Amino acid sequence: MPAVQETIDRVKAIDVDQYKYGFETILEVDKAPKGLSEDIIRFISAKKGEPAWMLDWRLDAYKRWQTMQEPNWARVSYDKIDYNDIYYYAAPKLNAAPKSLDEVDPEILKAYEKLGIPLREQEILAGVEPTNRVAVDAVFDSVSVATTFKKELAEAGVIFCSISEAIREHPELVRKYLGTVVPVTDNFFATLNAAVFTDGTFVYVPKGVRCPMELSTYFRINEKNTGQFERTLIIADEGSYVSYLEGCTAPQRDENQLHAAVVELIALDDAEIKYSTVQNWYPGDANGKGGIYNFVTKRGDCRGKNSVITWTQVETGSAITWKYPSCILRGDGSRGEFYSIAVSNGMQQVDSGTKMIHLGKNTTSRIISKGISAGRSQNTYRGLVSAHRKASGARNFTNCDSLLIGNQCGAHTVPYIESKNASAVFEHEATTSKISEDQLFYCMQRGLDEEEATALIVNGFVKDVIQKLPMEFAVEAQKLIAISLEGSVG
Amino acid sequence: MIEIKNLVAEIEGKRILDGLNLTIHDGEVAAIMGPNGSGKSTLSYIIAGKEDYEILDGEVLLDGENVLEMEPSERAAAGVFLAFQYPLEIPGVATMTFLKAALNAQRRAREETELTTPEFMKAVQDAAGKLEIPRDMLKRALNVGFSGGEKKRMEILQMALLEPRFCILDETDSGLDIDALRVVSEGVNALRAPNRSFLVITHYQRLLQYIVPDTVHVMANGKIMRSGGKELAEELEANGYADYKAQEAA
Ligand SMILES: Nc1ncnc2c1ncn2[C@@H]1O[C@H](COP(=O)(O)OP(=O)(O)OP(=O)(O)O)[C@@H](O)[C@H]1O
Ligand SMILES: [Mg+2]
Repeated sequence: MPAVQETIDRVKAIDVDQYKYGFETILEVDKAPKGLSEDIIRFISAKKGEPAWMLDWRLDAYKRWQTMQEPNWARVSYDKIDYNDIYYYAAPKLNAAPKSLDEVDPEILKAYEKLGIPLREQEILAGVEPTNRVAVDAVFDSVSVATTFKKELAEAGVIFCSISEAIREHPELVRKYLGTVVPVTDNFFATLNAAVFTDGTFVYVPKGVRCPMELSTYFRINEKNTGQFERTLIIADEGSYVSYLEGCTAPQRDENQLHAAVVELIALDDAEIKYSTVQNWYPGDANGKGGIYNFVTKRGDCRGKNSVITWTQVETGSAITWKYPSCILRGDGSRGEFYSIAVSNGMQQVDSGTKMIHLGKNTTSRIISKGISAGRSQNTYRGLVSAHRKASGARNFTNCDSLLIGNQCGAHTVPYIESKNASAVFEHEATTSKISEDQLFYCMQRGLDEEEATALIVNGFVKDVIQKLPMEFAVEAQKLIAISLEGSVG
Repeated sequence: MIEIKNLVAEIEGKRILDGLNLTIHDGEVAAIMGPNGSGKSTLSYIIAGKEDYEILDGEVLLDGENVLEMEPSERAAAGVFLAFQYPLEIPGVATMTFLKAALNAQRRAREETELTTPEFMKAVQDAAGKLEIPRDMLKRALNVGFSGGEKKRMEILQMALLEPRFCILDETDSGLDIDALRVVSEGVNALRAPNRSFLVITHYQRLLQYIVPDTVHVMANGKIMRSGGKELAEELEANGYADYKAQEAA
């Protein structure tokens, strides 16, 4: 199988350190002073050229955030975060917003090429390979630096731009939808994000339009001690379809860096949104030093009848992951899906899962979660499935499988089920298994070494979810999983 | 040539092999018979490199090289193949995928070029055809939900594809219906070659009517108690192991 082969080559190519994205790009940077205050928020808002309503929204969020407590119910532990020791705004110095790729700093383009996202090539190849194109919005520290394929998308009526641009150019859409899925005061991290979010992606797909290509955002944290607070808003209008991919990397640093994003999805009548993530933030070193704290609020609202939202995630990075992409199944006949692979190794802590909130009639949801724990990591699936009183005919199927590699790691499954409607049918299956010595020996007897054998067995374990990813991401994801588990056997 | 010399091994303090000696020449088919629990599977696992055993003495030489000092995957690349008594299931991994990964891993280890996908497909389909294995079975996850007989057939398919130097068949006949026994035996016979040796572990003389051995060895008390030609198998079938067990008691 080519993917296994590539995996092996890729793993071999990495010598001392597993995290290949750990390079730093030297750029001139425009930074706000450290710490959080009303002045900083005014600074960010002014930098972005925002209208007054946006600044007010942020300041209101900040006021509320100051009264809130950091949540502590997740199965993760970390030193207290000093929110005044973080830079809330860092941007590569640009004279003005780039109008085309030619105006983007070549150092940034180089950084993205190292990540395997050749923004330039993507555009050049556009005419040549029409089936396999991905439009990319690249976010570097706090700023969106380049969005490709803009013109072509505009012809289809699709708006795909940075959220800052959307606030300036499409205020009516932003005002109508921002904060309607994840309210300003939803939770501590979401409220912080509302106050200080710096950039992110905005997508609007008009009625009846099938977005002509995959849309993608790559987030990269580069600056030291910088928080990244991106905000993504995707709206699929009636009868439309969009598939969106998100990728993330960060350089290796000894200090922890905070990432607190908010993603809101809105699907109107008969619309469908597919949101895929390959999360590969720096996980910290083998002793747990450094790494990203990934405290993210992602929620989709199936607002219209028969709408569909699918979350697919492959989580291999971050020191701490706190993340529950959820679906509110408001429209009658709407459907929510969550497919997840969460890999933890070393000292990583993962507390992730989903919420499926059934409000409308005949709504269905499906949860497939595959957790893989290795090293001394802790991996928790936390899920809620609930049916409202009026949600007659609600259906859910949940399957949570955990795979343990070695015997110093932990896997935990915490499912919550709340049903207020007697006609709701919720099914739950869960398994925990270890890669057996006998299976490994069988594979090795056929010629695979221990690492290859582990990668093969793991690939088999996650297959159901990998199949849900867009093709370009599937191979990438398999490689990433193998790399993340490097050194976990033996 | 395979030379097992004075092999002594224990599991959890229990002596299973106690000074076992056996030589198998190139092109030879050697059969081992012996009572349940006498250590036949243990012997095959130790040759293939399973970790659980404590090897206290002895060596297993493949053309003069001691395989006991190699990793299991190195032994496989050197040509040691074990058809398991109980083949393992690998959920989610298509049989085809597994076969290709295994074959190419061995070829890489031997510094040979890997097969292209069309070359590989042809090799698998030829081998599968001979063993009457339907194509859609190759798309299913390896051994998952396969019947006992299907699993055994799949072991022989792997053996045919990997072209090993030394094949150990641990009770490949158990679980096979009469037709499958014939198909599998023909598959094995087709692989007999001057530079390939076989160690066939079985309880039944019937298999040895299809795969006619050059030598037959009786294993008991952790040793080869007696060796002979194919007529020894017939004698055992008639008399059982009473003689050898009596020796044990004495
Ligand atoms: N993990 C273990 N712990 C203790 N004893 C073991 C273990 N594994 C195997 N044994 C013992 O080693 C002995 C040899 O077992 P083995 O499977 O090699 O026998 P066999 O000759 O292959 O038998 P059969 O004909 O039934 O397949 C048996 O008594 C078995 O119970
Ligand atoms: Mg046995």
